[in-house]
Amino acid sequence: MKLTGAEIFIECLKREGVKTVFALPGGVVLKIFDTLHQQKDVEVILTRHEQGAGHMAEGYAKATGKAGVCLVTSGPGMTNVITALADAYMDSVPVVCFSGQVPTSLIGNDAFQEADNIGLSRPCTKYNFLVKDVNDLAATIKEAFYIATTGRPGPVLVDIPKDVSMAKAEFTYPNSVSIRGYNPTYEGNKWQIKQAAEAIMKAKKPILYVGGGVIFSSASQELLELAEMTQIPVDMTLMGLGAFPGEHPLSLGMLGMHGTYQANMAMHYSDLVIAIGARFDDRVTGKVSEFCPYAKVIHVDIDPTSIRKNINVDIPIVGDCKTVLREFNQILRATVNGEQKELRKPWWDQIQEWQQAHPLTYHQEKDGPIKPQQVVKRLYELTRDRDPIVSTDVGQHQMWAAQYFKLAKPNRWLTSGGLGTMGFGFPAAMGAQAAFRDRLVLCIAGDGSIQMNMQEMATAVVSKLPVKIIILNNGFHGMVRQWQDLFYEGRYASSYLDTTPDFVKLADAYGAVGLRVNKVGDLDAVLKEAMATDKPVIVDVPTYPYENCYPMIPAGGCNHEMLLEDPPELKKKQTGAGKVTPEDKDTVLTA
Amino acid sequence: MEHIISVTVENKFGVLSRVAGLFSGRGFNIESLSVAPTLDPSMSQMTIVTSGDERIIEQIVKQLNKLIDVIKVVDLNETEFVSRETAIIKVHTKDADRAEALRIVDIFRANVIDSTPSTYTIEVSGDPKKIEAIINLLQPLGIKDLVRTGRVAVAREPVRPVAVQTKKVARD
Repeated sequence: MKLTGAEIFIECLKREGVKTVFALPGGVVLKIFDTLHQQKDVEVILTRHEQGAGHMAEGYAKATGKAGVCLVTSGPGMTNVITALADAYMDSVPVVCFSGQVPTSLIGNDAFQEADNIGLSRPCTKYNFLVKDVNDLAATIKEAFYIATTGRPGPVLVDIPKDVSMAKAEFTYPNSVSIRGYNPTYEGNKWQIKQAAEAIMKAKKPILYVGGGVIFSSASQELLELAEMTQIPVDMTLMGLGAFPGEHPLSLGMLGMHGTYQANMAMHYSDLVIAIGARFDDRVTGKVSEFCPYAKVIHVDIDPTSIRKNINVDIPIVGDCKTVLREFNQILRATVNGEQKELRKPWWDQIQEWQQAHPLTYHQEKDGPIKPQQVVKRLYELTRDRDPIVSTDVGQHQMWAAQYFKLAKPNRWLTSGGLGTMGFGFPAAMGAQAAFRDRLVLCIAGDGSIQMNMQEMATAVVSKLPVKIIILNNGFHGMVRQWQDLFYEGRYASSYLDTTPDFVKLADAYGAVGLRVNKVGDLDAVLKEAMATDKPVIVDVPTYPYENCYPMIPAGGCNHEMLLEDPPELKKKQTGAGKVTPEDKDTVLTA
Repeated sequence: MEHIISVTVENKFGVLSRVAGLFSGRGFNIESLSVAPTLDPSMSQMTIVTSGDERIIEQIVKQLNKLIDVIKVVDLNETEFVSRETAIIKVHTKDADRAEALRIVDIFRANVIDSTPSTYTIEVSGDPKKIEAIINLLQPLGIKDLVRTGRVAVAREPVRPVAVQTKKVARD
């Protein structure tokens, strides 16, 4: 029997196990929506903006480990989803995006809502397809899912012209895919693995530096075994949080620009850096020429281009994190004995000294303004038993969340790392909630970034996605303000947000629940109330506006030279008022 | 340092822009790029002349390999290779210059492929130095037009095995 392109599309989704599509309709995809409307296997979540659809697909993918799917129309639908595709590309998130296209006969004619979807998405997708013949549709969709989810995962776009979705063809779904130019390497080179294992045995000051690759290859268990067996401490990247239990004695927390003191010091003074599924981003390396000056580097990554892109590597291993870690463990199990622990005792003592000298710190006065760190800390303590999924936007609140919300397991952490996309958190949380309706999903946001995809509150209410948003509301683009205080002599150019909306009323207007924490003493009660609500909730927490995020390695700085607190000239300025000073408002408004 | 990279790609629409986009997006140099179908019409052969230090060339090779439409990448500088470039040069030739032009054509084993009372159109093949040399000699006569193909290159039949980097081999 022949099926229409739209029916073939749905059959393919079913065979790929897709239960949910995040979508927004338009002229050229109406046939697909019409067909979706008449079946029950694939749920459509109607978003209010295509960027939201893209981030929801990302959140879904990060929480489930499976490909997230979004569907948008041609022209502006496509341009709106680009940010999410670029975000997924940077953070290696498996997303398959379907875009509508004008009929094949009109392509290139500047038709209504036409855009060159392939050209637009080329630099921000792993691969993209234009399907010109309905007979190719099924095989193309199979390839799209295969490319998105194998090797280093990433977003793939499938552009479907209107006439292709309406035309009919026999439906056959291929069982396997073979692309001669695409053969990701999963098995690491045996000899290199042996070399690495030997280096691990010998190292006096080793450190594991683990990233998102560990999560995507579900290698947490193998990582835990390696770390415990060899007693090597673990630094996590922003994307790697959750790959190793945050409360584990061997966890040093996050490293990098706002990483912990011990994590960065341990990197700097290490003699062996074992990088697993991490890519030596500039937010981690700081000044490249002075990065890990004493260390040999082992780098395990499935993407050969990640290796030796930013820093020199002594033992490169191209392969899947899980497969390679298993091999490490197999070799080490036979060779590890008590000697390593003895050999590394001075190193471990040193790390503990660092840990004790400069733990993460902030000062919360009992009746003073609410400190943002206090909010994240209490949120963590109050919800940890429910094993929540946590998303963030981008900025100060993201770093505080990374520092204080200690995740025990992988696939609980949804954040935009590489692209740093404000507006990511809320839709990503909704995507995760759509995958796990019964789980607790938290979105820690700033008052600036939440407004970038606020419209999705309508989606959350209508589609019953009870995400709990906690807004650390400091009235500023906080990270911008911090940089202005530190590097631009305190001139707040376009960082003060002046008339923020009343988030409680806003939640109410959408039919969600809005709560506000008026003083620090109310924090626990309000958070508990929010967690007990079965609707989407906004908890608006006005926080101390001048709080800065430390430790901080200034951009291009060296990893062992961290700012640990406000410089003296800033301290003077920061009284405990808890409100934006009138002078600061004036400089903003009259500038 | 200059490298010649030979890239076998799928013969599909959009592949050239993926390769060109990779070079422009990552700030790699392209000195010349030539592309044409191979004996197997489903594949095309690109010859890319680029430059950069060792680390950059390594990235170029790896990034090319990462493209899904790229089937094989060979950095020809890792082996012996022969390369050729063709130029077509239209020169003004009046009176006495005509004999001089033909002498130059003869010296360089070039060909006159078109002729008018006031011009010769000359075809010359060789390595870039030879092309530069004939251009320098013809310049005083007055060059009206000049087109060059960019280089194509192929590995010499090996005295030792050619270092071919396929996607399955990890590079260290």
